[in-house]
Amino acid sequence: MSVRRLAAEQPASFAFASETMEKARWWMQKYPPERKQSAVIPILWLVQKQEGWVSEPAIQAISDLLEMPKIRVLEVATFYTMFHLAPVGKHHFQLCGTTPCVLRGAEDLKEVCKRRIGAKHAISADGLFSWEEVECVGACVNAPVVAIDDYYHEDLTPETLEARIDALARGEKVEPGSAIGRQTSAPDGGPKVLTDASLYDGSLAQKITLPNLPEKA
Amino acid sequence: MLADKDRIFLNLYGNRGADLESAKQRGAWNATKDMLDAGRDWIIQQLKDSGLRGRGGAGFPTGLKWSFMPKEVKERPHYLVVNADESEPGTCKDRDIMRHDPHLLIEGCLVASFAMQAHAAYIYLRGEYVAEREAMERAVKEAYEAKLIGKNNVHGWDFDVYIHHGAGAYICGEETALLESLEGKKGQPRLKPPFPANMGLYGCPTTVNNVESIAVAPTILRRGAKWFAGIGRANNTGTKVFCVSGHVNKPCNIEEAMSIPLKTLLEEHCGGVRGGWGNLKAVIPGGSSVRMIPAHEAETVLMDFDSLSALKSGLGTAAVIVMDQSTDLIRAIARIAYFYKHESCGQCTPCREGTGWMWRVLERMAKGEADHSEIDLLLDVAGQVEGHTICALGDAAAWPIQGLIRHFRPEIEQRIDRYRAAKGVHQVMTPVAAE
Repeated sequence: MSVRRLAAEQPASFAFASETMEKARWWMQKYPPERKQSAVIPILWLVQKQEGWVSEPAIQAISDLLEMPKIRVLEVATFYTMFHLAPVGKHHFQLCGTTPCVLRGAEDLKEVCKRRIGAKHAISADGLFSWEEVECVGACVNAPVVAIDDYYHEDLTPETLEARIDALARGEKVEPGSAIGRQTSAPDGGPKVLTDASLYDGSLAQKITLPNLPEKA
Repeated sequence: MLADKDRIFLNLYGNRGADLESAKQRGAWNATKDMLDAGRDWIIQQLKDSGLRGRGGAGFPTGLKWSFMPKEVKERPHYLVVNADESEPGTCKDRDIMRHDPHLLIEGCLVASFAMQAHAAYIYLRGEYVAEREAMERAVKEAYEAKLIGKNNVHGWDFDVYIHHGAGAYICGEETALLESLEGKKGQPRLKPPFPANMGLYGCPTTVNNVESIAVAPTILRRGAKWFAGIGRANNTGTKVFCVSGHVNKPCNIEEAMSIPLKTLLEEHCGGVRGGWGNLKAVIPGGSSVRMIPAHEAETVLMDFDSLSALKSGLGTAAVIVMDQSTDLIRAIARIAYFYKHESCGQCTPCREGTGWMWRVLERMAKGEADHSEIDLLLDVAGQVEGHTICALGDAAAWPIQGLIRHFRPEIEQRIDRYRAAKGVHQVMTPVAAE
């Protein structure tokens, strides 16, 4: 278990931005009307997008919106580790530290984060950066991986990670994906498979008769 | 090597369009109405005949699972829930299906839901998969606009697909924890029975399937159960997306025939083990939860359910983590133990306390700061966690440790001896208590 508690310092109030509320309503209509509590995780996520983190007044506001006890929202906010219970930097890095990434050099990336950003969960002096070590993010064939502002940067080295930090510090955008120019999860240098052109010429879209159909009565 | 024409995921690497039109060109949504017209019994029988076993780790026969749903819909609606909470360390196959071939998944949802008389399906993605969620939302929107799904769609079965997401909890990959999470609660597994087929989402009959299991279903019906059953070997049929990570020259995802020899898989598709086959130390063949196998077993093993369980390991999610001679195996397993400690939901005492205890002991063992007797003690504790919890996370935490000790016990002993020699002591005992 990871023990997580609300931040000691909390803002006085929280209000949904109209855009957040619009999205929250869109989520709520996905579930049966009497089951709108189902939307609690997506709405906590929207609130985090709006504020940068999840505060106690926000938890109260969500409990009012979804007509569920505040303690239930609090339970969810503390149970799921993607919710920041304290403010983070403008750009937040989630560095995968699980074994498949470690085998490909995640420890070296950690050193970069420590040197360039600071301690885990601390915000850099300029307010721009923060980082945390997370458990497997599910992109293991592209290890090591760091999610920067939600999107995966893959096949990183200390140099390519630092280049991304530098770019963000200059106010530039960084493109997610493989840092070595790989086609997603294909082997480096291109795949040996899926080269048969007849798979892509539309012949598979032609009318077919299903095999083994039941005898018509 | 599996022929290209026998592959199901024709856009696995995303170098072609993931949009509806491109997906249709690759055969998606072809003859879907004919499948539904053939009836639900036909669909389920085809799935059974194909021998498809669930691709999420446990390998339960998919057709059989579908047949557990009540035959008649009474006052409670039926649901299909797709488990896209892909979090098993080493695994990243569903990610590619969702971002590159989402229409196969949506089509599979329709077919499966029809077979189980569900009018709604929820696809539960892990929270970290933001780009994948956006891809799925785009594809679902396209499918609605083309009237492939929704009310009064062209298939004649009213059907809604909803994308849902979590927020970073491995345990939500366990089916009942996933249902709890989908209901807006902490992801803590439920006691079974009642099983989800009787009482699942919102107390209604529900089937939870892995993304890959659902996404392959339409192609199986299009190509025929015999075609699928003819790939691999008996009881281990079909194609499978393997995820190969760690110390290979070219880590990648690859769809291959079930029962492919591990060595062929690594050498044919992944550029071989870093430093050559002789440099291999051990392989975790099915995601972090299964027991590792040493190099000499990796030499001949086939990648399927039966061969790997004969070696006391498992196919799991077919996520192959390769470790060469440079790997500190004790540290690698200690990190996996930390993962389970971090991800334990805290509900059952053996898991909540045991995972932390095992991790702390392994951390010391990685340094050598332990006693020889603690190896057996660790094995004993692992055995007490295994099988004594509501869900399989306890087992999953115990197995990697058991695998390490089973195959590499001398390495742990040597480390302890070296540590002692360096310190000039004969015994190191550190009392360990619960956290």
